[in-house]
Amino acid sequence: MNLLDFLIALPAIGFILALLVPRKQEKTAPFVALVVSLFTFVLSLGIAAGYKTGEKGLQFVSNGVWIQNPEIHWHVGIDGISIWLILLSTFLTPIAILLSWSAVKDRAREFYAFLLLLEFGLIGVFAAWDLFLFYVFWEVVLVPMYFLIGIWGHERRIYAAVKFFLYTMAGSVLMLAAIIFLYNRAGTFDYAVILDSLSSGKIVFSHLEETLLFLAFFFAFAIKVPLFPLHTWLPDAHVEAPTAGSVMLASVMLKMGTYGLMRFCVPLFPTASRENAPWIVTLAIIGIIYGALVTMVQPNMKKLVAYSSVSHLGFVVLGIFSFTQMGFDGAVYQMLNHGISTGALFLLVGFMYERRHSLAISDYGGVATVAPWLSSMFLVTTLASIGLPTLNNFIGEFLILQGAAQAKFTWTVFAALGVILSACYMLWMYQRVFFGETNEELKHHMPDLNPREWACVIPLVLMMVWMGVYTQTFLPNISESTAKILDQSRANVPLRVALPAAGTDGGRHAR
Amino acid sequence: MPASYMPTSDDLLRFAPELILTIMATVLMVLDPFFAKRMPKLFGHLSIVSLVVAAFAAVSAGAVPGPAYSDLLVVDDFATFFRVLVIGIGILAVLSSYEYLDREKAETGEYHALLLFSIVGQCVMVSGNDLMMVFIGLEISSIASYVLAGYLRDDTRNNESALKYFLLGSFATGFLLYGIALIYGVTATTKLDGIAAALSRPGAPGTFAMVTVAAALMFVGLAFKVSGAPFQIWAPDVYQGAPAPVSAFMATAPKAAAFAIFLRIFLTAFPQISNAWQPLIWISALLSMTIGNFAALTQTNLKRMLAYSSIAHAGYLLVALAAKSEIGTAAAMFYLAAYALMNVGAFAVVIHIGGKSERHVQIDDLAGLARRQPGTAAMLSIFLLSLIGVPLTGGFFGKFYIFRAAIESNLIWLSVLGLLNSAVAAYYYLRLMVVMYFQEPGETTKNLEPLTPGLRAAMVLSAAGTFLLGILPGTVLSLAQRSTTFVK
Repeated sequence: MNLLDFLIALPAIGFILALLVPRKQEKTAPFVALVVSLFTFVLSLGIAAGYKTGEKGLQFVSNGVWIQNPEIHWHVGIDGISIWLILLSTFLTPIAILLSWSAVKDRAREFYAFLLLLEFGLIGVFAAWDLFLFYVFWEVVLVPMYFLIGIWGHERRIYAAVKFFLYTMAGSVLMLAAIIFLYNRAGTFDYAVILDSLSSGKIVFSHLEETLLFLAFFFAFAIKVPLFPLHTWLPDAHVEAPTAGSVMLASVMLKMGTYGLMRFCVPLFPTASRENAPWIVTLAIIGIIYGALVTMVQPNMKKLVAYSSVSHLGFVVLGIFSFTQMGFDGAVYQMLNHGISTGALFLLVGFMYERRHSLAISDYGGVATVAPWLSSMFLVTTLASIGLPTLNNFIGEFLILQGAAQAKFTWTVFAALGVILSACYMLWMYQRVFFGETNEELKHHMPDLNPREWACVIPLVLMMVWMGVYTQTFLPNISESTAKILDQSRANVPLRVALPAAGTDGGRHAR
Repeated sequence: MPASYMPTSDDLLRFAPELILTIMATVLMVLDPFFAKRMPKLFGHLSIVSLVVAAFAAVSAGAVPGPAYSDLLVVDDFATFFRVLVIGIGILAVLSSYEYLDREKAETGEYHALLLFSIVGQCVMVSGNDLMMVFIGLEISSIASYVLAGYLRDDTRNNESALKYFLLGSFATGFLLYGIALIYGVTATTKLDGIAAALSRPGAPGTFAMVTVAAALMFVGLAFKVSGAPFQIWAPDVYQGAPAPVSAFMATAPKAAAFAIFLRIFLTAFPQISNAWQPLIWISALLSMTIGNFAALTQTNLKRMLAYSSIAHAGYLLVALAAKSEIGTAAAMFYLAAYALMNVGAFAVVIHIGGKSERHVQIDDLAGLARRQPGTAAMLSIFLLSLIGVPLTGGFFGKFYIFRAAIESNLIWLSVLGLLNSAVAAYYYLRLMVVMYFQEPGETTKNLEPLTPGLRAAMVLSAAGTFLLGILPGTVLSLAQRSTTFVK
């Protein structure tokens, strides 16, 4: 067992520990969860410190046989992309636990147990290097989130929870079919081996096969991202979820989709990825603009932040399917940025909901005079979200737009509209909520941040600044790994075009 | 077999599980008049003891594989796997019957005797090497099940269930018998290996059509027994009407045994004409999955929903059969084991919340179960997640193995449709979890009795098995894979 195995196991152990807390001492459940998640975070920092930039290939690899037949490996490892997404998960889980401290009273031990199970699944998704193992973690993530939304959510929680589960399930069963098909061709689930046999020409797909396999993977990921027009589950799930659920959903779970696109779709099916890029980019740009326009008219703060995610994630997809180094880097960077800043927005909106018990923008106004610190933290987050230079989102959006411009300038023109629109809706919302007349209700019910809330907000705000001014911490690792993916997406193209055998067994599909 | 035939010791050893269970069933009937009133639980205890002994006997018989009774029976790994499986289901069924029989004030002696006889029949079925033996086993199993389905004779739904099951069941058996007769007419044998040998010889013209018709007739009979579409109509009414523990048993053990002979007959005797029967299975699989899942979506009665879900699961199993390969067979075996555990487990919860005369078997009766009895709710969730096919449960690996076998046999479209079907199924299983976890306790759950030891044991065993199959599936799968080469 190496450190990474231990990192994955730790939240699972915490899950069991939290469930074992006796019902009568349920108040200790959050402590147990917090301690476990902090340990996990420290451990993940240790892994990040031990990660060596410039070393080729995966690090902290652990590879053993889990199931003999068909051979399924416990193959986990990290590269420059997954290390940051794992850190994002371990960083946000303690915050999610801390922010629920006073909000969740009912069935508390299950709540915290599910948060830890979620963390287990998320770390696993980003570390898995065996397609089957990846699928297992991918599905494991569904269960705790389903319960988090369904039990501790708001009024329409049941509808939202079921919709969330079914959408994701429908996408992922197709991916399972594609994974099995790949296995039957390659004789292994090991992702590294499959990539090797692809690049050495040991497995060759016909054009039709590659397209269908690509689409099977793509839809599973596109639903998760969510890409327009598959996004409709997202506003429901976000609005109905408890704050901790929204934070984890927006910050980390959506990244499972973009991570999957980058990690699996592009290297496995480079030709199909490039061929399908035009319409995917079109959908991404429609998502950016449509998402922004819909965001603008939302009367509900949480829904507003949720729709803004559709818009922001459109940028990430645009970056990936621009097939440029900058686009890739920007996409990964933007995944992290969105995790931090949208997580912070949901968190702050959650704090306001706890005070005023309303999410409607019209119920607020003039908050800045009664809760100045809350307002200023919200302002920093808002500015980060709209991409103000020196804050994190700016870097990501800039890289993506630059990358897209290298690919096709018109893409940039349209996508840049999204940046402008994001400034409109965020600032307008900020103005309506925080400025103007303070109504009577708010004067008595809007205390400023308490120490526990500060503890949640400060790390996020620090990260926004850090990621906005000192990209050197993050980008070298990311670029190294994205360069490799970009390489894979190129290397296979001429090889496949050159191979005439590609068409010969295409008929096998028809049966 | 001559009239003066004396069984050898090997014969007896290989037939030991059936012997043990038959003797015990007879003893139970003799004891019935003496202990029925005084010690109603005795019969359950004795049944469990005999089933455990029979399971050990089946394992030790499996250590000396070979034919028995002039090749009428054959004990191979395949037979051993299924014998242990149906005996295991029997144990779970007995465990979950204690509370039910006590609540309904039903006779326990005959009940357990019938259950044991049914298991004997299934053991004979799965080890039959001769169509006549298979048929006899099927009849022993079915007749006992017919009686069990109507066990509470004053209950009208029990009567309806038993009558429907009996009438349609006999009809199906007729089809099977007709198929056997035609096969005998063509090949002059009822032995499975003999049929395969006769069919692989270059035959006279016209033979092929006759054999195909025979195979089709046998398909009808067997599809009825496994409740595969379009012969599934009886299942919802029968499972809904029968006593809940009997439904749990009927939906698993006879089905597992019927699938075993389905696999054995079609893969041992009819591999030559597989191109003719594969499309039949293909269509039946797709219909079963689709009808089962879509009909289950709108059900409000738990037992009826589980009945439709069992039709859908029969569809997944037929996919494995349509793959007509060794890994398909292994996948079906694994799936049957996983399915038995999750289904009996789910029915155990239904028995528990059903209450006297099964008045509370609506889905809404589960409302708020998680608040009143979190343990029971958690276990039902495990079974439901397994039925959906979420990783780390047995149901997931079952589905995975089946669709892997299907894709390997190039049944790509069937697999895609099947997998989409399993996404549809998620909806109605989730609905139960919604009701249990996301709603406030209703009348039923407020007045719920605490869990009794028998039901608790059945649930815990099933849940543990579901996890075992989900986390370490290799153990059972390697067993199944070893068993796929039939002794011919």
